[in-house]
Amino acid sequence: MSGSGARESPFPTRMALTNTKIRLKGAQTGHSLLAKKRDALTTRFRAILRKVDEAKRKMGRVMQLASFSLAEVTYATGDISYLVQEQAKNATLKVKARQDNVSGVVLPVFEVDRTTGSDFNLTGLGRGGQQVLKSKEVYAKAAETLVELASLQTAFMILDEVIRVTNRRVNAIEHVIIPKLENTVKYILSELDEMDREEFFRLKKVQGKKKRDAEAAAALLAGKATTEEAPVETVAEDDEGEGGGDLLSSRDEDVIF
Amino acid sequence: MEALFFNASTGFLEGIVRGYKTGILTQSQYTNLTQCETLEDFRMQLSSTDYGNFLANEPLPLSTSTIADKATQVLVDQFNYLRSNAVEPLSKFLEYMTYGYMIDNVVLLITGTLHERDTHELLERCHPLGVFDTMPALCVATNVEELYRSVLVETPLAPYFRDCISASDLDDLNIEIIRNTVYKAYLEDFYAFCSSVGGPTSQVMHSILSFEADRRTINITINSLNTDLAKEQRAKLFPAIGRLYPAGNNALAKADDVDTVRQVCEYVPEYRSFLDASSNTQNGDSYGGDGSAAAALEDKFFAEEVRLNKNAFLQQFQYGVFYSYVKLKEQEIRSITWIAECIAQNAKDRIHDYIPIF
Repeated sequence: MSGSGARESPFPTRMALTNTKIRLKGAQTGHSLLAKKRDALTTRFRAILRKVDEAKRKMGRVMQLASFSLAEVTYATGDISYLVQEQAKNATLKVKARQDNVSGVVLPVFEVDRTTGSDFNLTGLGRGGQQVLKSKEVYAKAAETLVELASLQTAFMILDEVIRVTNRRVNAIEHVIIPKLENTVKYILSELDEMDREEFFRLKKVQGKKKRDAEAAAALLAGKATTEEAPVETVAEDDEGEGGGDLLSSRDEDVIF
Repeated sequence: MEALFFNASTGFLEGIVRGYKTGILTQSQYTNLTQCETLEDFRMQLSSTDYGNFLANEPLPLSTSTIADKATQVLVDQFNYLRSNAVEPLSKFLEYMTYGYMIDNVVLLITGTLHERDTHELLERCHPLGVFDTMPALCVATNVEELYRSVLVETPLAPYFRDCISASDLDDLNIEIIRNTVYKAYLEDFYAFCSSVGGPTSQVMHSILSFEADRRTINITINSLNTDLAKEQRAKLFPAIGRLYPAGNNALAKADDVDTVRQVCEYVPEYRSFLDASSNTQNGDSYGGDGSAAAALEDKFFAEEVRLNKNAFLQQFQYGVFYSYVKLKEQEIRSITWIAECIAQNAKDRIHDYIPIF
């Protein structure tokens, strides 16, 4: 299993295993958090999308009205653009920006601040003043719609970008980081198992060698025992003990597990 | 007596004007125009009228302002032809007619010069009927005093400015007040001039100019109702002629709301209907009704102006026809522009709001 898929290559120790497991846990938590954020953002995004659609339609209507009211002014008074330009001294419409926080994303919100100025109230005094006022009113409304649309559109763009980034992160965690960490865990586990088996085998080997040595020593002793009676009994006793549980008894001493 | 010698000096020009008058668009032509789908169709329809192919060399797409400019140019050419063939006192009369446009131009130049704008742009924006030779000289002035002096020296409007406005006023007063003050002086002077010509000319012109004066008075009153224009100042803007003068003017100067204006209009039978209908719509809804009421009032003024100007053609041997022709033609240009605007903006429901002449 450890061969398939990408994995990190730490030194396979128990410590590394613990660390990797902690990281895997962290990645899973992060994934669920980011997924929640993405869902929240998407909800907001959909809402804004709907509003943008409405605002755009509204803008179409309002702008049409506005340019038509300008046509009415032209009908009644002729060209007043220059006079209006010259007499406008203060901005009557001001745009204020403030910030809105949607699950950690800062969205600018524009607000219209209207001061009712009387800069060119007297334009068209002799003729068509009412139309000029009406047109001014309609255009102010149009500007408000534009500002509203601008703030929605900016939020739309920013949210779009953020959602894309979040999505990329969620997918990266889900499809790259988590499998990689899982693979690493598996790799470390398999390496550790492998090391276990090696150790086991080595111990077995050691045991075998010891046994062989012991047998050799016993044979030597037996050779001597043919001359002397008493030692043979002790050797025979040793052989019986080793044959039954030589591994079990030695394991307790050397191997930890 | 004037009928006896009228044709010797002015008969030719009167014939020309009456000829021009038959070129004014008729109702059926307007109907054709309102049925156009695009501005190209519109141009096609116009080319079959007296305008001919005045838009032939215009690059596509056409704009409504181009149509208005070119149509005005047609009128200006006709007027200049009349003017160059005129002798005293008709030439003086025609000159008086241009003063009204000159006032607009001079006011425009004053505004621009005080704000140090590009003079070429200013000169382009001037109305071609109000152009006079020394007009560019006004742009040279650098301060208010100098500007005032050059207005006095260089323009034919000097008497009006001298009597009404001082140099310091140019700086202090709102430009609209200056314009209306000067215009008031101009109307009174024109009125006096027409009286001096006498005969049917004075009759015809007095009725037209009285209406013009009354229209200004009513408009100024209504437009200044909720502004910071003081009542004494308002009273100074009213021309001292017209059918509302003097009692109606006094009442209007003190008016605080539209109802007072309506009461004043009651005195004159022709004006009675103007505000009656508008008040009905005004009660309907608060703001939108106000705007449409004002629009309706403006339309009624235009309609009445057209009626009076048409009446001017009923009398012969008088100069009123020249004035009336220019005014009718202006109204026609406005109507054409309106229709063009409605076509361009696809607002077919309002396309019939023009004022037909014949």
